[in-house]
Formats: sequence, structure tokens, C-alpha cells
Amino acid sequence: METTYTSLTKDRLLELYQKEQKAIRGQATPMVNRIRQHAFTRFRDNGFPTTKQESWRFTDLRPLLNTEFAFDFSNQSRNIDVDKLFTCDVYDLDTFSITLLNGWFVYKHAPLTRLADGTIIGSLAKAMEVYPGIIDQYIGRAAKPDQYEMAALNTAFLQDGLFIYVPEGAHVEKPVQLINIANAEHPVFLQPRHLIIADKGAKLTLVHCDHSLTHNISFTNTVMELYAEENAVVDHYKIQNKGRNSALVTNNFFHQNKNSRLSSNIITLNGGFTKNIVDVSINHSDCLSEHYGLYLVDSNQHVDNQLNIDHVAAHSRSNQLYKGILDDDATAVFSGKVLVRRHAQQTQAHQNNKNILLTDNAKANTQPHLEIYADDVKCSHGATVGQLDPEAMFYMRSRGLCERTARQMMMIAFASEVVQKISIEALKKRIHNMVEKRLKGELSICDQCVLHCNSKEPTTFNIDLSKL
Amino acid sequence: MLRVKNLTVSIHGKPIIKGLNLEVNEGEVHAIMGPNGSGKSTLASVIAGHKMFDVDKGEISYMGKNIFDMPAETRAREGIFLGFQYPVEIPGVSIANFMRTAINEKRKYLGLDPLTGAEFLKLMEEKKKMVEIHSKLANRSVNEGFSGGEKKKNEIFQMAMLEPRLAILDETDSGLDIDALKVVANGVNKLRRKDNATVLITHYQRLLDYIVPDFVHILYDGRIIKSGNKELAMELEEKGYDWIRKETATGAA
Repeated sequence: METTYTSLTKDRLLELYQKEQKAIRGQATPMVNRIRQHAFTRFRDNGFPTTKQESWRFTDLRPLLNTEFAFDFSNQSRNIDVDKLFTCDVYDLDTFSITLLNGWFVYKHAPLTRLADGTIIGSLAKAMEVYPGIIDQYIGRAAKPDQYEMAALNTAFLQDGLFIYVPEGAHVEKPVQLINIANAEHPVFLQPRHLIIADKGAKLTLVHCDHSLTHNISFTNTVMELYAEENAVVDHYKIQNKGRNSALVTNNFFHQNKNSRLSSNIITLNGGFTKNIVDVSINHSDCLSEHYGLYLVDSNQHVDNQLNIDHVAAHSRSNQLYKGILDDDATAVFSGKVLVRRHAQQTQAHQNNKNILLTDNAKANTQPHLEIYADDVKCSHGATVGQLDPEAMFYMRSRGLCERTARQMMMIAFASEVVQKISIEALKKRIHNMVEKRLKGELSICDQCVLHCNSKEPTTFNIDLSKL
Repeated sequence: MLRVKNLTVSIHGKPIIKGLNLEVNEGEVHAIMGPNGSGKSTLASVIAGHKMFDVDKGEISYMGKNIFDMPAETRAREGIFLGFQYPVEIPGVSIANFMRTAINEKRKYLGLDPLTGAEFLKLMEEKKKMVEIHSKLANRSVNEGFSGGEKKKNEIFQMAMLEPRLAILDETDSGLDIDALKVVANGVNKLRRKDNATVLITHYQRLLDYIVPDFVHILYDGRIIKSGNKELAMELEEKGYDWIRKETATGAA
């Protein structure tokens, strides 16, 4: 069922919610629907975030909503042969791959797969039917609809997305790869919802790729809740390579239990408008929480990374390193907040944001922020906005490198500090290559796309897979 | 090989070099000595192509070509090498990658095929031995976290890799202990050939105990005021720069 509007306002969404309630509530558990109702109320009261709010001061959603968006409240994508649309070309990366098309789980695999070690991977919608106990225990606990308007909006409309449950002690060997594709002839508004649980001592690597396959307008507002229980180890990678007409808001909520280790990497290679919200609650002691980000933006692209790390318990460490290179008229925002509460003694928290501006028009707004109520902590923060070091440039040229090569080498080097943090070798290589191509101006969103929409030939799905 | 004629250079309107003449031929080693602020490093930077300085007058030709027509990288590819007084740290750029790119850009300029990975590694091992570098230097970022001595050794290593025809070493001896100084001097001596030339810029005579120059020039207040052979360096060491100041004052009077 599709409903269209000329522009998307709060009122239109409220109306849509009332009208489509039956489809939206669908097979969700009563608990989920209670959470949904609460979030709906929050969205009704607060609406979309505005630039009057500190965390949205430099990021204006309004122009992006002036579009006639289509919504898809029933899964029309389930039986599409997604391999014909998109094939991930990370060589040697053996993953358990899940595809979401326009927010819906594509039934390439069974809707839910149970691995030998008890790990469950699949569709959230299906999991609500099959594993209501797990869903009810976790969903909505980490997301904060009271604090984040876009998370409230997502929660009100939540239907499907990725669900992973890794049981106690299980180590999922293959990385799970989520490929999130927006592909439609009309502008679409998508709200995938992901729930990831790594139970006690579990180990999981999740690679989350956002792609758009056409140059059409899309708006994605996603929420991921990720729970790392006691002693769990989770690596989370986000790779964003979206078209210029796409808007992407990601709300990422992490809950860390005692002695858990979390590493999150967000690599933004392209995207018209990207806002990543990372909210981490370190509720128990002895956790490690690492957050790395890289954004390479040009033309009039805009990227905003907002991190909130809440140290509730003692003896934990958090580290943030976000780096960006901005060309042309691109703009970037970094706001990183670390809150160290009164009982979070012996917290170590570090925060750093570095930006290189290649033109006078590019603009970076950076606000590292520490709020500390404990008295025995080690915290630091820093931010830089600058150009490539002219002395280093001369040094390289004096060895025979032309200006262009010297610039590229320095930019790649700047970016590689973040890329080096990737622990999956094949993925690191691939991302390194993508970053290199991106900085040489050779990477487009069409890189992995098989639609060839720029070519004069009509779009067909008959592709030669051997070419990929 | 190198001819500097009546060179006048300023920075932000302030004259630094005030009519300097110098001629360096193949096979020669020249030492340029002088007190702080006399214009030694400026001369080196101008020859290498640093844009910070304004050349107000004069000419510099290298192998018969006007070097002001060439950007810094072309001068490098033509065979000019500057050993920096303060080598720059370039985080994230490995020395191996940097050198391979530099060598292959030079080879491309000269119409040669790029070195293969194996050829490059072989060359690097050979040159590492020459400057007595034992660490896994190649994988480290250029100069990042290097000690003063390591930075200077790295300059000589790069010089060995690039095999310049004209090497200008700007205070390569400063900040070195005697062992490092010997290694650096040894490297320079091993790289001496009949068809290349070296210009040593230094404060002290100490380096010249290990690298024997054919000519010694004393640069003072933007001009070469005295030239001679290695004996001049000895005399300068003995009498100090005050001697030069007095001589200049007397000469002027």
C-alpha cells in the first residue's frame, strides 16, 4: 500500500500513522506496540528536530522534507532477486549477508536463520512473531525517543529491519553484513529498525552498508539498538556510499554491560545529507568503547556526526576519533559529548575530531564536549580544522612528487589513521581502496551498481555476473 | 653544474641574500659556513624551489637551465636534492611508499619504466645498509616520532635512494652525536661520484673532518665574503665568526 504527499510534515505523518495503523502494527508484539504508541506521542509532541536545538544547529532537515515521498507499509520487496540489483564486491570477505530493500527484509535467505551455535539472524518483523520473548526483553530499552525526535519517529513506524541474537558464549565467525538499499522510481521514505543482541561472552562483527542504487530521492531514518552484554565483543562497521539526492539519518544506540568491548566505525564516502547519531550507555564497569569515523565529502554534501557517550559506571574507557576531508562547498558537523557521572570513577575518555578543508568554501563545525562529575578520571578532547601542511607539501615536492600526488598521499594518510582501525583484513583493504579512489575522484555510488543508469541503454536486470 | 649569479632574495620585503655568486662543478664538494641568519638555509630553499621567498634579482642555472622556470618537483627530478635542516613529519605516509612514488615519478619524467616492487625492495635494502639503518624504518611514517639523529639519517637514506646530481645538505650535522655524524658523513662520501656534486651547509668545522670539501665559502649577511679551501674552515674554527665580522668591518672601512 502506498500513500503519497507533496511534502512531509509532522501532521501528515500523524495522519498517516492513524490511517495505516493496522498495517503498521501488523504482527508486532503488544509490548512493541506499547513502545510504538509512546514514541508516537513523543513525535506528536516534539515533531521533527529543528535548527533551534543545539544538536541540530547546523543541520537543517526542512529542505529535505519538501518532497512527495512514498511509503511502503507492506513488504513488497521480499521476493525480489536482490543479487540482480547489487552484488557486494568486497573480495575475500566471506560474510553472512542480509539485504534490506527499501527498508524491508529480502527473502534471499529464510526470514530467520538459526546457526549451529544458536545464533539467530534475520528479519525483525519475523522475529517479533517467532521470538517475542527476546524482542520484548530488549527492544526500546536503548533507543531514547524522549531525547531523539528521529528515533521517536522511527519507533512509531517500526516494522522491519535486521534482527540478530547471539546467545551466551557464541562466537559468530563470519561477519554479518547488512546491505541496506534504497531503490525506487519514486522518492521513498524508509525507516528500517535493527535490533542486535550479543549475549554474555558472545562475539559478533557487523558490517552495515548503506547504498542507493539510483539517483532518485530517498530519505532513510534508521534506528539500530545494539546490546553488548557482559564480556561480549562487538565490532560494528558502517559504510555509507549514497547518492547525492539521498538523505540518511542513522540513530545508533549502544548499551554496554560489564566488561564488554565495542568498536564502532562509520565511514561516509558519499551522501547528499548524512546525520549519524551515536548514543552509548556504559552502564557497567570495565567496558571499552571505541568510536571511529571518517567522512570524505565534496560538492554540497553535508555530514553530521553526533556522539553521546554516557559513562555511568566506573573503570571504563571510551575513545572517539573522527576525521574528515571536505572539498568544494561541503559542510561537516561533529559534536561529541562525553558525560562522566559521579560514580564513574577511573573513567578514561578521549575525544578527537580532525578536519581538513580543501577549499575556502568548505566548512566544518566541531564541538567536542566533556561533562565530568567524577573526580578521579582521565579525559581529553581536541579538535582541529586546517589545511594540508604546506611544509609537508614542499618536502614531498622536493623529492619529486607533483603537487597532486603529494596532496593525495597526504589525504590518504590522513584518512588511513581511521581505516587502520578496521580489524577485518579484507574489509580494511577494500575500504582503503575505496578511500583512495574517493580521494582521487574516481569513486561514485555507481561503483557497485549494475543498473548503469547513466548509460543510454535501457535499464535491465540482465547482468553478466562474471563482470562483477 | 650550478651557477648562482648576483642572487638577491627577500622574505616579506626583508632582504636576506644580497647579491650572491656561487659556482659548483661536477665532482666537487663545497662547504658553505656562516653564522645564524646569514642566509644559508634561504639559499638552500631557493635552489630547491620553496615559494616562501621572493627572488628579486639574479639567476640560478642548473645544468645550463634556468631553474626559476621549474617547479620544485621538476628540479628534484632533474637531480637536485635538498637535505632538510628540519625534516618534516608526514604522519601516515610510509617511507617505502613515499620513496617508491618519488623514484617512479622521477623515472617517468626521465622516460624510464617504473621499478617493480622487487627491484624497489632490493634497492632499498642496499641503501639502508649504506646509511646503516637497521630498523624496520621503511614501514614507519616519514620522520614521525624519529629522533633528531634518525631524521638526519633518513635524509641521507632518501638521498641515497634518489641518487641526485646535486645534493644540498642543510645543517645535516646539527644535533648529531659523533656516531651518527660518522654514519651520515660516511653515507655522503660513499655517494660521491665524478659526475655529482655536494654542497654542505654547516655551522661548524666538525663535519668537515669527515667530509673533506674542495671549497669552503663563508656566507655573511647575505653575501659570500670569503672563499678558500679546507684550511679556511680550520681558520674559521680557530678564530670564530668575530674574526669575519671584524674583517668585514675593516674591509668596509
